[in-house]
Amino acid sequence: MPEVLVFATLNGLVTGLLLFMLASGLTVIFSMMGVLNFAHASFYMLGAYFAYSISLYFGYWTGLILAPLIVGVLGALVERYGLRRVHQHGHVAELVFTFGLAFLIEEAVQFFWGQDTKNYQTPDLLDFPLFTLFGQEFSAYRGFMLTISIGIFIGLYQVLTRSRVGLIIQAAISHPHMVANLGHNVPLIFTAVFGVGTALAGLAGVIAGPVLTTFPGMALVLGSIVFVIVVIGGLGSLPGALIASLLIGLLQSYAIAANVGMPELLELLGLEFPRSHPLDDLWTLNLAQIAPVLPFLLLVLVLIFRPTGLMGKREQ
Amino acid sequence: MVHLLSLARACSRFLSIFLIILAASFSAQARAQDSEPVRIGFMDPLSGPFASIGTSGLTVLQFAADYLFNSRGGILGGRMIEIVPLDNMQSPTETQIQFRRAVGEGLRIIFQGNSSAVANALNTAVTRHNRRNPGQEILQLNYSAVDPILTEENCSFWHFRFDAHAVMKLNVLTDFIARNEDIQRMYIIGQDYSFGHVVAETSERLLREKRPDIEIVGNEFHPIGQVKDFTPYVTKIVASNADAVITGNFGADMVSLARSIIDSGLDIPIYTFYAAYDGITATLGADGKNRIRLVHNDSANPIPTEKRKQFYRDFKAAHPGRDVTQPRLAMALSMLVQAMEETGGTDPYELALALEDMRFTTLSGEEVWMRGSDHQIFQDLHVSVMTDEGIEFDADNSGFGLYTEHFVPAEQTVMETSCEMRRPRR
Amino acid sequence: MKTLAAKWGLWGGYLAVLLLLPQVFDSILAISIFNQMAIAIVFALSYNMLLGQGGMLSFGHAVYFGLGGFLAVHVLRLMEFEAMYFSIALIPLIGGLTGLLAGIFVGSFSTRKAGTVFAMISLGIGELVAASSLIFTGFFGGEAGVSGDRTFGPPLFGMDFFSDTDVYYLAVFWVFVSTLFMYLFTRTPAGRMANAVRDNPERAEFIGYSARWVRFISFCAAGTFAGVAGGLFALNYEFVTDENLNLVTSGRVLLMAYIGGLGFFIGPIIGAIILTLMNFLLSNYTELFLLYLGILFVLTVLFLPRGFAGFIMMHQAAWLRGRLHGLALPYLLTGLPALLFILSAVCLLELSHASEPVLHFLGLSLARDSALSWAGLVLGAGLGAFLTARSTPGLRRAWEAANAPETRGGRERAS
Repeated sequence: MPEVLVFATLNGLVTGLLLFMLASGLTVIFSMMGVLNFAHASFYMLGAYFAYSISLYFGYWTGLILAPLIVGVLGALVERYGLRRVHQHGHVAELVFTFGLAFLIEEAVQFFWGQDTKNYQTPDLLDFPLFTLFGQEFSAYRGFMLTISIGIFIGLYQVLTRSRVGLIIQAAISHPHMVANLGHNVPLIFTAVFGVGTALAGLAGVIAGPVLTTFPGMALVLGSIVFVIVVIGGLGSLPGALIASLLIGLLQSYAIAANVGMPELLELLGLEFPRSHPLDDLWTLNLAQIAPVLPFLLLVLVLIFRPTGLMGKREQ
Repeated sequence: MVHLLSLARACSRFLSIFLIILAASFSAQARAQDSEPVRIGFMDPLSGPFASIGTSGLTVLQFAADYLFNSRGGILGGRMIEIVPLDNMQSPTETQIQFRRAVGEGLRIIFQGNSSAVANALNTAVTRHNRRNPGQEILQLNYSAVDPILTEENCSFWHFRFDAHAVMKLNVLTDFIARNEDIQRMYIIGQDYSFGHVVAETSERLLREKRPDIEIVGNEFHPIGQVKDFTPYVTKIVASNADAVITGNFGADMVSLARSIIDSGLDIPIYTFYAAYDGITATLGADGKNRIRLVHNDSANPIPTEKRKQFYRDFKAAHPGRDVTQPRLAMALSMLVQAMEETGGTDPYELALALEDMRFTTLSGEEVWMRGSDHQIFQDLHVSVMTDEGIEFDADNSGFGLYTEHFVPAEQTVMETSCEMRRPRR
Repeated sequence: MKTLAAKWGLWGGYLAVLLLLPQVFDSILAISIFNQMAIAIVFALSYNMLLGQGGMLSFGHAVYFGLGGFLAVHVLRLMEFEAMYFSIALIPLIGGLTGLLAGIFVGSFSTRKAGTVFAMISLGIGELVAASSLIFTGFFGGEAGVSGDRTFGPPLFGMDFFSDTDVYYLAVFWVFVSTLFMYLFTRTPAGRMANAVRDNPERAEFIGYSARWVRFISFCAAGTFAGVAGGLFALNYEFVTDENLNLVTSGRVLLMAYIGGLGFFIGPIIGAIILTLMNFLLSNYTELFLLYLGILFVLTVLFLPRGFAGFIMMHQAAWLRGRLHGLALPYLLTGLPALLFILSAVCLLELSHASEPVLHFLGLSLARDSALSWAGLVLGAGLGAFLTARSTPGLRRAWEAANAPETRGGRERAS
């Protein structure tokens, strides 16, 4: 089993850090503007699709740089002309707006790119195994994904804690009115943060597209998991988002890798249940089957018992 | 008070508008006349996440109707075939809604193929409708849903299947696997739903029978359409030292799974049902060359007859971006038309009787047989490999396509059925 | 007295319209749409109890709808196998009870907070239940769902429920009763307090009400009526699947309530009717139906934050002042070019997506490959947009004039 454990950990890290790239933007947006952006994962999907189209003409690396920029600009436009308009009607209207936007983006993607799976491939430069362990290859591309995600975390953390802009943003997170009174242009900060946040989501899409398949449902698959991370991690806490992302990435990965479930548990307890029992489905449940549900279970539990999240300082 | 009154007025105004819209939409009721087209429903996902497979089927059926019949003067002495699309979004609920629409519009024949859950839902709805509305029966022509239950326990006089069911296909596939002495350890992985379970149970049973020496080293289900990354599953496959994989996955789950297996450097054959066309071949083609194999009923390469080649070429000329993904639609339509010509009308009961035990020669020159006792078709089955060698008709314009490696003639695919059909009396 | 008469008239009219509809439109298709509307109306109204009246944004309301449906369909099955004797007419009640029980359980921990916490818990519960519905196939029937036959119960007033029309009359009863009860709920202290808690929980607490308890009551009531709608669904389609309790259904009811108008009791009814009609009429003619729906939804949130009902009610002031007629011409002047723009834009979308070489749209035949049809459409869209933009200031002036308070120099009513 050691090889399974090692690879489950690696896989969990890759997924977790990818989730973090999405969650980092969302958590800053959420804590600053109070908006849980339902369309955040849709910007991730847009990133993948833009990068795919660009890569057809100019290659992968141009897409890597251009696509997040395009997505960021789109995000800023959405904030400026959509969210800000809806803002006056309250948080529910904002939430509902992003919900509608997510729906619209998914349909628009199908309109422009069609419903097929897109042939978006990893660049040739990274198309080799980085190392082989216990007979399984770990591709260089996955290594590249890890490096980028960690780089983003360090970069963001430095910007938020060390730079002047970061300090203003942090202040705007906790005391938006005070920051406005000090003469900072809070709406502009909002637009910029929203743009950068969606650009990060776009970047995540660009690097995830080739390995996780570029198709119209890719936003839906990640969609709600990202909120779960933001909520579990705690409002406005970047380290919290990182911990929650890794937690969920590893949790799902280990749950799949572990070949255990109710049958093993019952055996351990020395209990036996007849097959064809009405609750048969329950007794035969295994951990891998419920892996996708675990984050939501965690979400509900955290919200009930610790509404501030793991690292959050104030309630949502 | 005033508030309520104006509310009432607003209501009444709104209602009147609404009534006008309704009246306009229902005034055009279909009336069957001799010169009127024969209207046939096609119910499959045309929007939503599974739309690509439904729209490609619709294109093939519409093309077949025009190419084979309408352009040659129609059927039944000059009537045209009109295909009416019914978008069920591959959802059993939406299927119920669309079925009522079909009934309301006077459609009596419905083609449906994707998802066995939908086919089962439609089968139940059709059976109930036909029992409650004698004289207004509806015929269900299933061109692709392969759950055996449709021609076994739940078989119905009003349901015909024009595709081999999962157990027939697996029988052929496991025969093919059994010949390969290199395979010693098999891993089965599939989506956690009825078809995935049928594949898992049946392939395990058949492999035990045919090759007791093959060890089933894994039998895994994953949630359908929810897995972001298949690498954790592939890790388990690698750890099990499997030397082949069977999967019934379709759509994005198929692509992601194959991608992950290939990316992990695992060089083992993957035996599948739905790993071609609709973008899948384009995405997996190069990496999946000589590794991905598919069991299906239509040989895509080589094509035996000039007639069918011409059908393909003309289809490509009309729809350059698409492929003839399901040629059996053309076959099903032709058999239906033959039944219509034999009975001289479009009455579903008569058509069903005419279709029973029909023997029909397809465009590829092979003879198929629709068994009367359970309404299951029997035709040659093929195991093909994904490759770019010897491919005359590729998929997704990628240069890659399916090439037949193994073929089983129709008579060898016949299996017993447990169907006890309740036949309506006229 | 007048108020009471108007009230009775309104409800009587509502019932009369419900009862007369199948007499006017008796095609199978129409009945099927009416049934769908009836279910949607109850479901959307129940959602409005949460969001519109109680201020609780839920992303998992379908859970109660679906669970109600599943229990109802299981009772139908028991009746089919003669393991139970029950009246078909009371099946929606089974759904309602299920919704209530589920509401009591979930509400006991989720209504502590409103706002985002509540929204996220509802999302989590929604995902959990939807996922379990695929795991516990014994009860939920997996992706194929559970099917039951409605014709095995004792006949009711000569109705054997063979046809959808019978179901419609039963549905009318339940829709009417549910609407009435939900309306009466808004008049009870609990309903009034729900509004108070929505607007300002602190103040509500200060005058001695537990905000949590008030939310809990609204939540349970909403769950009950969602369950009733689920029971009606089970009766009408004789099929319930995991889709009936997943996020898509939850999203759809949010859409209905929001597009209709959250602040008004009648809003969700309008929303349910519009969306059902759109679903039925548009989805058959265009593959881009969901795209249009998305655009409509986003535009509604942006420009009609109080929904269609809010839009209608916006004219109340002008109506009361007798100035509504002054708006007719400006509306026409803006509306016609806007319509031209919308139709041209829709046509452009359809043409760019057409699989056939010639697109037939509104009596026009447009060739996909002809530059002329493209240019014409772009011109039409541009002209429509230009004229709309030009006429908007006029509309705004007319609007302001119609809504301006009475001036001393103008017509003055005796007050």
